[in-house]
Amino acid sequence: MPLVRTNRLHKHFGKNHVLKGINLEVEEGEVVAIVGRSGSGKSTLLRALNGLETIDDGTIEVDGTALVAEQGDLRALRQKVGMVFQQFNLFPHLSAGQNVMLAPQIVKDTSKEEAEVIARSTLARVGLEHKFDAFPDQLSGGQQQRVAIARALAMSPKVLLCDEITSALDPELVNEVLMVVRQLASEGMTLIMVTHEMRFAREVGNKLVFMYEGRIHESGDPQTMFANPATPEFANFISSLD
Amino acid sequence: MMTFTLWDIVRNLLLGGALTLLLSMVAFVLGGLAALALLFARIAKHRPPRGLAQIYIEIFQGTPLLLQLFTLFFGLSLLGLDVPAWLAAGVGLMLFSSAYLAEIWRGCVESVPRGQWEAGASLALTYREQMRHVILPQAMRMAIAPTVGFAVQVVKGTAVTSIIGFAELTKTGSMIANATYQPFLVYGLVAIGYFLLCYPLSWYAQRLERRLYATRTN
Repeated sequence: MPLVRTNRLHKHFGKNHVLKGINLEVEEGEVVAIVGRSGSGKSTLLRALNGLETIDDGTIEVDGTALVAEQGDLRALRQKVGMVFQQFNLFPHLSAGQNVMLAPQIVKDTSKEEAEVIARSTLARVGLEHKFDAFPDQLSGGQQQRVAIARALAMSPKVLLCDEITSALDPELVNEVLMVVRQLASEGMTLIMVTHEMRFAREVGNKLVFMYEGRIHESGDPQTMFANPATPEFANFISSLD
Repeated sequence: MMTFTLWDIVRNLLLGGALTLLLSMVAFVLGGLAALALLFARIAKHRPPRGLAQIYIEIFQGTPLLLQLFTLFFGLSLLGLDVPAWLAAGVGLMLFSSAYLAEIWRGCVESVPRGQWEAGASLALTYREQMRHVILPQAMRMAIAPTVGFAVQVVKGTAVTSIIGFAELTKTGSMIANATYQPFLVYGLVAIGYFLLCYPLSWYAQRLERRLYATRTN
Protein backbone atom coordinates (compact mmCIF):
# COMPACT_ATOMS: atom_id res chain seq x y z
CA MET A 1 0.00 0.00 0.00
CA PRO A 2 1.43 3.43 -0.92
CA LEU A 3 2.42 5.77 1.90
CA VAL A 4 0.83 8.79 0.25
CA ARG A 5 -2.13 8.55 -2.08
CA THR A 6 -4.27 11.28 -3.54
CA ASN A 7 -7.48 10.49 -5.28
CA ARG A 8 -9.12 12.83 -7.83
CA LEU A 9 -7.82 15.94 -6.10
CA HIS A 10 -9.44 19.16 -7.26
CA LYS A 11 -8.68 22.73 -6.28
CA HIS A 12 -9.98 26.06 -7.54
CA PHE A 13 -8.76 29.57 -6.82
CA GLY A 14 -11.86 31.51 -7.77
CA LYS A 15 -12.52 30.64 -11.42
CA ASN A 16 -9.05 29.25 -11.83
CA HIS A 17 -9.07 25.47 -11.79
CA VAL A 18 -5.52 24.76 -10.56
CA LEU A 19 -5.68 21.06 -9.72
CA LYS A 20 -7.78 18.99 -12.11
CA GLY A 21 -8.03 15.57 -10.56
CA ILE A 22 -4.62 14.59 -9.25
CA ASN A 23 -3.98 10.90 -8.62
CA LEU A 24 -0.56 10.52 -7.06
CA GLU A 25 0.90 7.53 -5.30
CA VAL A 26 4.14 7.63 -3.35
CA GLU A 27 5.68 4.52 -1.85
CA GLU A 28 7.57 4.53 1.41
CA GLY A 29 11.19 5.56 0.88
CA GLU A 30 10.51 7.00 -2.54
CA VAL A 31 11.98 10.34 -3.58
CA VAL A 32 9.56 12.15 -5.84
CA ALA A 33 10.42 15.31 -7.72
CA ILE A 34 7.56 17.39 -9.03
CA VAL A 35 8.49 19.69 -11.88
CA GLY A 36 6.63 21.97 -14.21
CA ARG A 37 6.24 25.59 -15.23
CA SER A 38 5.05 28.15 -12.72
CA GLY A 39 1.27 28.04 -12.55
CA SER A 40 1.13 24.35 -13.36
CA GLY A 41 -0.18 23.59 -9.85
CA LYS A 42 2.88 21.88 -8.42
CA SER A 43 3.20 24.05 -5.33
CA THR A 44 -0.54 23.94 -4.71
CA LEU A 45 -0.44 20.15 -4.83
CA LEU A 46 2.39 20.05 -2.31
CA ARG A 47 0.66 22.51 0.01
CA ALA A 48 -2.57 20.53 -0.22
CA LEU A 49 -0.73 17.45 1.02
CA ASN A 50 -0.45 18.90 4.50
CA GLY A 51 -3.60 20.97 4.51
CA LEU A 52 -2.09 24.41 3.87
CA GLU A 53 -4.46 24.58 0.91
CA THR A 54 -7.97 23.28 1.34
CA ILE A 55 -9.13 20.91 -1.35
CA ASP A 56 -12.44 21.19 -3.17
CA ASP A 57 -12.86 17.56 -4.06
CA GLY A 58 -11.06 14.26 -3.69
CA THR A 59 -9.10 12.65 -0.88
CA ILE A 60 -5.58 12.57 0.46
CA GLU A 61 -4.34 9.62 2.43
CA VAL A 62 -1.04 9.51 4.31
CA ASP A 63 -0.06 6.34 6.12
CA GLY A 64 -3.69 5.45 6.72
CA THR A 65 -4.77 8.95 7.83
CA ALA A 66 -7.30 10.31 5.37
CA LEU A 67 -8.08 13.91 4.59
CA VAL A 68 -11.37 14.44 2.81
CA ALA A 69 -12.41 17.70 1.15
CA GLU A 70 -14.19 20.07 3.55
CA GLN A 71 -13.38 18.01 6.61
CA GLY A 72 -10.55 16.19 8.24
CA ASP A 73 -8.25 16.02 11.21
CA LEU A 74 -5.42 18.25 10.07
CA ARG A 75 -3.47 17.76 13.27
CA ALA A 76 -3.19 14.02 12.74
CA LEU A 77 -2.24 14.47 9.10
CA ARG A 78 0.33 17.16 9.80
CA GLN A 79 2.11 15.06 12.38
CA LYS A 80 2.88 12.64 9.58
CA VAL A 81 3.80 15.23 6.99
CA GLY A 82 6.68 17.63 7.52
CA MET A 83 7.20 20.66 5.35
CA VAL A 84 10.15 22.82 4.38
CA PHE A 85 9.46 26.16 2.70
CA GLN A 86 11.19 28.23 0.07
CA GLN A 87 11.54 31.15 2.50
CA PHE A 88 12.67 28.95 5.44
CA ASN A 89 10.04 30.53 7.73
CA LEU A 90 12.09 30.00 10.86
CA PHE A 91 10.66 31.67 13.96
CA PRO A 92 12.90 34.75 14.29
CA HIS A 93 12.26 35.23 18.01
CA LEU A 94 13.57 31.75 18.87
CA SER A 95 17.07 30.31 18.64
CA ALA A 96 17.80 27.47 16.22
CA GLY A 97 17.46 24.98 19.07
CA GLN A 98 14.19 26.47 20.29
CA ASN A 99 12.82 26.46 16.73
CA VAL A 100 13.36 22.71 16.64
CA MET A 101 12.14 22.10 20.21
CA LEU A 102 8.87 24.04 19.97
CA ALA A 103 6.55 21.65 18.13
CA PRO A 104 7.53 18.40 19.92
CA GLN A 105 6.88 20.10 23.25
CA ILE A 106 3.52 21.58 22.28
CA VAL A 107 2.09 18.96 19.96
CA LYS A 108 3.56 15.79 21.39
CA ASP A 109 3.86 16.81 25.03
CA THR A 110 7.54 15.95 24.97
CA SER A 111 9.39 17.15 28.08
CA LYS A 112 11.79 20.04 27.67
CA GLU A 113 14.82 17.86 28.40
CA GLU A 114 13.73 15.25 25.89
CA ALA A 115 12.90 17.90 23.29
CA GLU A 116 16.40 19.29 23.70
CA VAL A 117 17.93 15.87 23.12
CA ILE A 118 15.83 15.51 19.96
CA ALA A 119 16.75 19.02 18.83
CA ARG A 120 20.47 18.45 19.32
CA SER A 121 20.40 15.19 17.41
CA THR A 122 18.32 16.54 14.51
CA LEU A 123 20.54 19.62 14.29
CA ALA A 124 23.50 17.23 14.17
CA ARG A 125 21.85 15.42 11.26
CA VAL A 126 21.93 18.64 9.24
CA GLY A 127 25.44 19.45 10.46
CA LEU A 128 24.47 22.36 12.73
CA GLU A 129 24.78 21.03 16.27
CA HIS A 130 27.12 23.92 17.05
CA LYS A 131 24.44 26.48 16.09
CA PHE A 132 21.94 25.41 18.74
CA ASP A 133 21.92 28.83 20.42
CA ALA A 134 22.21 30.98 17.29
CA PHE A 135 19.22 33.05 16.22
CA PRO A 136 17.97 32.84 12.63
CA ASP A 137 19.30 36.29 11.73
CA GLN A 138 22.78 35.13 12.72
CA LEU A 139 22.69 32.25 10.23
CA SER A 140 23.27 32.18 6.48
CA GLY A 141 20.37 31.27 4.21
CA GLY A 142 21.72 27.77 3.75
CA GLN A 143 22.07 27.27 7.49
CA GLN A 144 18.57 28.63 8.09
CA GLN A 145 17.17 26.18 5.58
CA ARG A 146 19.01 23.32 7.26
CA VAL A 147 17.58 24.36 10.64
CA ALA A 148 14.14 24.37 8.98
CA ILE A 149 14.76 20.81 7.81
CA ALA A 150 15.82 19.82 11.34
CA ARG A 151 12.68 21.47 12.72
CA ALA A 152 10.52 19.35 10.42
CA LEU A 153 12.50 16.18 11.19
CA ALA A 154 12.11 16.66 14.95
CA MET A 155 8.44 15.69 14.58
CA SER A 156 9.55 12.39 12.98
CA PRO A 157 7.31 12.77 9.95
CA LYS A 158 6.55 9.88 7.62
CA VAL A 159 7.08 12.09 4.61
CA LEU A 160 8.87 15.37 4.08
CA LEU A 161 7.57 17.93 1.62
CA CYS A 162 10.08 20.36 0.16
CA ASP A 163 8.68 23.42 -1.62
CA GLU A 164 11.44 24.84 -3.82
CA ILE A 165 13.74 24.83 -0.84
CA THR A 166 16.80 26.08 -2.70
CA SER A 167 15.12 28.76 -4.82
CA ALA A 168 15.67 31.58 -2.30
CA LEU A 169 19.33 30.71 -1.73
CA ASP A 170 22.45 32.25 -3.18
CA PRO A 171 23.98 29.80 -5.68
CA GLU A 172 26.95 28.95 -3.46
CA LEU A 173 24.61 27.90 -0.63
CA VAL A 174 22.43 25.56 -2.68
CA ASN A 175 24.74 22.60 -2.39
CA GLU A 176 24.91 22.39 1.39
CA VAL A 177 21.10 22.11 1.47
CA LEU A 178 20.95 19.59 -1.37
CA MET A 179 23.56 17.49 0.41
CA VAL A 180 21.33 17.27 3.47
CA VAL A 181 18.40 16.22 1.27
CA ARG A 182 20.56 13.66 -0.49
CA GLN A 183 21.59 12.29 2.91
CA LEU A 184 17.95 12.01 4.00
CA ALA A 185 17.08 10.21 0.78
CA SER A 186 19.87 7.71 1.30
CA GLU A 187 18.59 7.06 4.83
CA GLY A 188 15.25 6.05 3.36
CA MET A 189 13.21 9.19 4.09
CA THR A 190 10.18 9.59 1.87
CA LEU A 191 10.52 12.90 0.09
CA ILE A 192 8.22 14.83 -2.19
CA MET A 193 9.85 17.91 -3.57
CA VAL A 194 8.91 20.67 -5.92
CA THR A 195 12.16 21.73 -7.48
CA HIS A 196 13.89 23.55 -10.28
CA GLU A 197 17.10 21.62 -9.74
CA MET A 198 16.68 19.20 -12.65
CA ARG A 199 20.06 17.58 -12.23
CA PHE A 200 19.30 16.89 -8.61
CA ALA A 201 15.85 15.52 -9.45
CA ARG A 202 17.47 13.22 -11.96
CA GLU A 203 20.24 12.00 -9.68
CA VAL A 204 18.39 11.62 -6.39
CA GLY A 205 14.79 11.11 -7.46
CA ASN A 206 13.21 7.68 -7.97
CA LYS A 207 10.24 9.24 -9.64
CA LEU A 208 9.65 12.33 -11.66
CA VAL A 209 6.25 13.97 -11.95
CA PHE A 210 5.72 16.54 -14.66
CA MET A 211 2.73 18.78 -14.06
CA TYR A 212 1.08 20.67 -16.84
CA GLU A 213 -2.03 22.86 -16.56
CA GLY A 214 -3.22 21.33 -13.31
CA ARG A 215 -2.72 17.70 -14.30
CA ILE A 216 0.00 15.12 -13.94
CA HIS A 217 0.98 15.09 -17.56
CA GLU A 218 3.74 12.55 -17.45
CA SER A 219 5.46 10.65 -14.68
CA GLY A 220 7.89 7.82 -14.21
CA ASP A 221 11.55 7.01 -13.86
CA PRO A 222 13.59 10.23 -14.18
CA GLN A 223 16.36 8.72 -16.34
CA THR A 224 13.90 7.28 -18.84
CA MET A 225 11.80 10.43 -18.93
CA PHE A 226 14.74 12.70 -19.59
CA ALA A 227 16.11 10.34 -22.23
CA ASN A 228 12.75 9.74 -23.95
CA PRO A 229 10.09 12.33 -23.15
CA ALA A 230 6.72 10.75 -23.85
CA THR A 231 4.85 13.99 -24.45
CA PRO A 232 5.78 17.04 -26.54
CA GLU A 233 4.99 19.28 -23.52
CA PHE A 234 7.61 17.61 -21.35
CA ALA A 235 10.12 17.58 -24.21
CA ASN A 236 9.45 21.27 -24.60
CA PHE A 237 9.86 21.86 -20.89
CA ILE A 238 13.25 20.17 -20.62
CA SER A 239 14.58 21.75 -23.78
CA SER A 240 13.61 25.19 -22.43
CA LEU A 241 15.81 24.60 -19.37
CA ASP A 242 19.11 24.45 -21.21
CA MET B 1 -8.52 90.90 47.15
CA MET B 2 -6.88 87.59 47.65
CA THR B 3 -3.33 87.23 46.34
CA PHE B 4 -1.74 84.10 44.96
CA THR B 5 1.92 83.30 45.28
CA LEU B 6 3.63 81.34 42.54
CA TRP B 7 3.78 78.40 44.93
CA ASP B 8 -0.01 78.50 45.38
CA ILE B 9 -0.40 78.24 41.64
CA VAL B 10 2.15 75.47 41.22
CA ARG B 11 0.81 73.52 44.19
CA ASN B 12 -2.69 73.43 42.73
CA LEU B 13 -1.41 72.60 39.31
CA LEU B 14 0.58 69.70 40.74
CA LEU B 15 -2.63 68.35 42.20
CA GLY B 16 -4.34 68.66 38.80
CA GLY B 17 -1.30 67.08 37.18
CA ALA B 18 -1.53 64.12 39.52
CA LEU B 19 -5.15 63.60 38.51
CA THR B 20 -4.15 63.81 34.83
CA LEU B 21 -1.54 61.17 35.43
CA LEU B 22 -3.96 58.94 37.31
CA LEU B 23 -6.67 59.32 34.68
CA SER B 24 -4.15 58.56 31.91
CA MET B 25 -2.93 55.43 33.62
CA VAL B 26 -6.40 54.11 34.41
CA ALA B 27 -7.58 54.79 30.85
CA PHE B 28 -4.48 53.26 29.35
CA VAL B 29 -4.37 50.10 31.49
CA LEU B 30 -8.11 49.35 31.41
CA GLY B 31 -8.25 50.43 27.77
CA GLY B 32 -5.38 48.06 27.05
CA LEU B 33 -7.22 45.14 28.63
CA ALA B 34 -10.37 45.93 26.67
CA ALA B 35 -8.24 46.31 23.55
CA LEU B 36 -6.86 42.81 24.02
CA ALA B 37 -10.38 41.39 23.98
CA LEU B 38 -11.24 43.56 20.96
CA LEU B 39 -8.09 42.43 19.18
CA PHE B 40 -8.98 38.77 19.46
CA ALA B 41 -12.52 39.50 18.29
CA ARG B 42 -11.17 41.56 15.40
CA ILE B 43 -8.90 38.79 14.11
CA ALA B 44 -11.24 35.90 14.94
CA LYS B 45 -12.01 33.30 12.32
CA HIS B 46 -15.75 33.83 12.62
CA ARG B 47 -17.53 36.76 11.07
CA PRO B 48 -19.86 37.97 13.89
CA PRO B 49 -17.18 38.86 16.48
CA ARG B 50 -15.05 40.38 13.73
CA GLY B 51 -17.91 42.55 12.54
CA LEU B 52 -18.92 43.69 16.03
CA ALA B 53 -15.37 44.63 16.94
CA GLN B 54 -15.02 46.53 13.71
CA ILE B 55 -18.22 48.51 14.31
CA TYR B 56 -17.05 49.39 17.82
CA ILE B 57 -13.66 50.53 16.55
CA GLU B 58 -15.16 52.54 13.69
CA ILE B 59 -17.50 54.36 16.07
CA PHE B 60 -14.78 55.36 18.51
CA GLN B 61 -12.25 56.23 15.83
CA GLY B 62 -14.79 58.05 13.68
CA THR B 63 -16.20 60.47 16.28
CA PRO B 64 -14.44 63.16 18.35
CA LEU B 65 -13.44 62.22 21.87
CA LEU B 66 -15.25 65.34 23.05
CA LEU B 67 -18.56 64.06 21.71
CA GLN B 68 -17.98 60.64 23.23
CA LEU B 69 -17.54 62.31 26.62
CA PHE B 70 -20.62 64.53 26.15
CA THR B 71 -22.68 61.52 25.23
CA LEU B 72 -21.56 59.61 28.30
CA PHE B 73 -21.86 62.53 30.67
CA PHE B 74 -25.01 64.31 29.50
CA GLY B 75 -26.66 61.47 27.62
CA LEU B 76 -26.68 59.07 30.53
CA SER B 77 -27.95 61.71 32.94
CA LEU B 78 -30.86 62.30 30.55
CA LEU B 79 -31.72 58.64 31.10
CA GLY B 80 -31.74 59.31 34.82
CA LEU B 81 -28.28 57.90 35.46
CA ASP B 82 -26.20 60.40 37.37
CA VAL B 83 -22.68 59.96 36.14
CA PRO B 84 -20.01 61.87 38.07
CA ALA B 85 -17.40 63.66 35.96
CA TRP B 86 -14.51 61.44 37.02
CA LEU B 87 -16.40 58.32 36.04
CA ALA B 88 -17.47 59.67 32.66
CA ALA B 89 -13.90 60.86 32.03
CA GLY B 90 -12.36 57.51 32.99
CA VAL B 91 -14.84 55.36 31.07
CA GLY B 92 -14.80 57.67 28.06
CA LEU B 93 -11.03 57.65 27.74
CA MET B 94 -10.88 53.94 28.36
CA LEU B 95 -13.29 53.19 25.51
CA PHE B 96 -11.42 55.62 23.27
CA SER B 97 -8.04 54.03 24.08
CA SER B 98 -9.30 50.50 23.63
CA ALA B 99 -10.43 51.20 20.05
CA TYR B 100 -7.11 52.72 19.04
CA LEU B 101 -4.92 50.19 20.82
CA ALA B 102 -6.88 47.31 19.28
CA GLU B 103 -6.23 48.74 15.81
CA ILE B 104 -2.54 49.34 16.51
CA TRP B 105 -2.11 45.81 17.79
CA ARG B 106 -4.10 44.31 14.94
CA GLY B 107 -1.70 45.98 12.55
CA CYS B 108 1.21 44.37 14.41
CA VAL B 109 -0.35 40.91 14.35
CA GLU B 110 -1.12 41.23 10.65
CA SER B 111 2.38 42.40 9.83
CA VAL B 112 3.79 39.06 10.94
CA PRO B 113 4.43 37.31 7.60
CA ARG B 114 1.93 34.64 6.52
CA GLY B 115 4.79 32.16 6.28
CA GLN B 116 5.07 32.20 10.07
CA TRP B 117 1.48 30.98 10.41
CA GLU B 118 2.11 28.36 7.76
CA ALA B 119 5.29 27.14 9.42
CA GLY B 120 3.37 26.78 12.67
CA ALA B 121 0.50 25.00 10.92
CA SER B 122 2.85 22.63 9.10
CA LEU B 123 4.25 21.59 12.50
CA ALA B 124 0.71 20.60 13.55
CA LEU B 125 0.20 23.55 15.91
CA THR B 126 -3.43 24.62 16.29
CA TYR B 127 -4.57 28.19 15.55
CA ARG B 128 -4.32 29.05 19.25
CA GLU B 129 -0.87 27.55 19.59
CA GLN B 130 0.34 29.35 16.47
CA MET B 131 -1.01 32.58 17.90
CA ARG B 132 0.49 32.10 21.34
CA HIS B 133 3.91 30.69 20.50
CA VAL B 134 4.66 32.10 17.07
CA ILE B 135 2.63 35.18 16.20
CA LEU B 136 2.06 37.09 19.45
CA PRO B 137 5.70 37.07 20.61
CA GLN B 138 6.69 38.68 17.32
CA ALA B 139 3.72 41.05 17.20
CA MET B 140 4.34 42.20 20.78
CA ARG B 141 7.87 43.18 19.98
CA MET B 142 6.64 45.31 17.10
CA ALA B 143 3.81 46.78 19.19
CA ILE B 144 5.93 48.24 21.98
CA ALA B 145 7.02 51.44 20.25
CA PRO B 146 3.63 52.47 18.76
CA THR B 147 1.88 51.54 22.02
CA VAL B 148 4.12 53.81 24.09
CA GLY B 149 3.63 56.45 21.41
CA PHE B 150 -0.13 56.15 21.81
CA ALA B 151 0.23 56.62 25.59
CA VAL B 152 1.33 60.19 24.77
CA GLN B 153 -1.95 60.70 22.90
CA VAL B 154 -3.88 59.44 25.92
CA VAL B 155 -2.13 61.89 28.27
CA LYS B 156 -2.95 64.79 25.97
CA GLY B 157 -6.45 63.41 25.42
CA THR B 158 -7.22 63.78 29.12
CA ALA B 159 -7.27 67.58 28.59
CA VAL B 160 -10.60 67.17 26.82
CA THR B 161 -12.22 65.86 30.01
CA SER B 162 -11.87 69.38 31.49
CA ILE B 163 -14.90 70.26 29.41
CA ILE B 164 -17.19 68.04 31.50
CA GLY B 165 -15.73 69.51 34.67
CA PHE B 166 -13.18 66.94 35.70
CA ALA B 167 -10.50 68.88 37.61
CA GLU B 168 -7.40 67.53 35.91
CA LEU B 169 -4.49 69.71 34.84
CA THR B 170 -6.24 71.79 32.18
CA LYS B 171 -9.41 72.40 34.23
CA THR B 172 -7.34 73.31 37.29
CA GLY B 173 -5.33 75.68 35.11
CA SER B 174 -8.37 77.46 33.74
CA MET B 175 -9.84 77.88 37.24
CA ILE B 176 -6.59 79.35 38.52
CA ALA B 177 -6.24 81.57 35.47
CA ASN B 178 -9.70 82.98 36.11
CA ALA B 179 -8.89 83.66 39.74
CA THR B 180 -5.44 85.17 39.28
CA TYR B 181 -5.94 87.05 35.99
CA GLN B 182 -2.56 85.65 34.92
CA PRO B 183 -3.57 83.34 32.07
CA PHE B 184 -0.23 83.46 30.28
CA LEU B 185 1.71 82.36 33.33
CA VAL B 186 -0.78 79.70 34.36
CA TYR B 187 -1.34 78.17 30.91
CA GLY B 188 2.39 78.30 30.34
CA LEU B 189 2.88 76.24 33.48
CA VAL B 190 0.10 73.87 32.37
CA ALA B 191 1.84 73.34 29.04
CA ILE B 192 5.12 72.63 30.81
CA GLY B 193 3.26 70.12 32.99
CA TYR B 194 2.00 68.20 29.92
CA PHE B 195 5.42 68.33 28.37
CA LEU B 196 7.01 66.86 31.48
CA LEU B 197 4.49 64.02 31.41
CA CYS B 198 4.76 63.32 27.68
CA TYR B 199 8.38 63.89 26.85
CA PRO B 200 9.77 60.88 28.76
CA LEU B 201 7.21 58.69 27.00
CA SER B 202 8.02 59.87 23.50
CA TRP B 203 11.73 59.73 24.25
CA TYR B 204 11.29 56.14 25.37
CA ALA B 205 9.18 55.29 22.29
CA GLN B 206 11.84 56.67 19.99
CA ARG B 207 14.57 54.77 21.73
CA LEU B 208 12.61 51.52 21.51
CA GLU B 209 11.89 52.09 17.86
CA ARG B 210 15.56 52.66 17.06
CA ARG B 211 16.61 49.60 18.98
CA LEU B 212 14.02 47.30 17.45
CA TYR B 213 14.68 48.70 14.00
CA ALA B 214 18.39 48.01 14.42
CA THR B 215 17.80 44.37 15.36
CA ARG B 216 15.45 43.83 12.45
CA THR B 217 17.76 45.03 9.73
CA ASN B 218 20.71 42.74 10.19
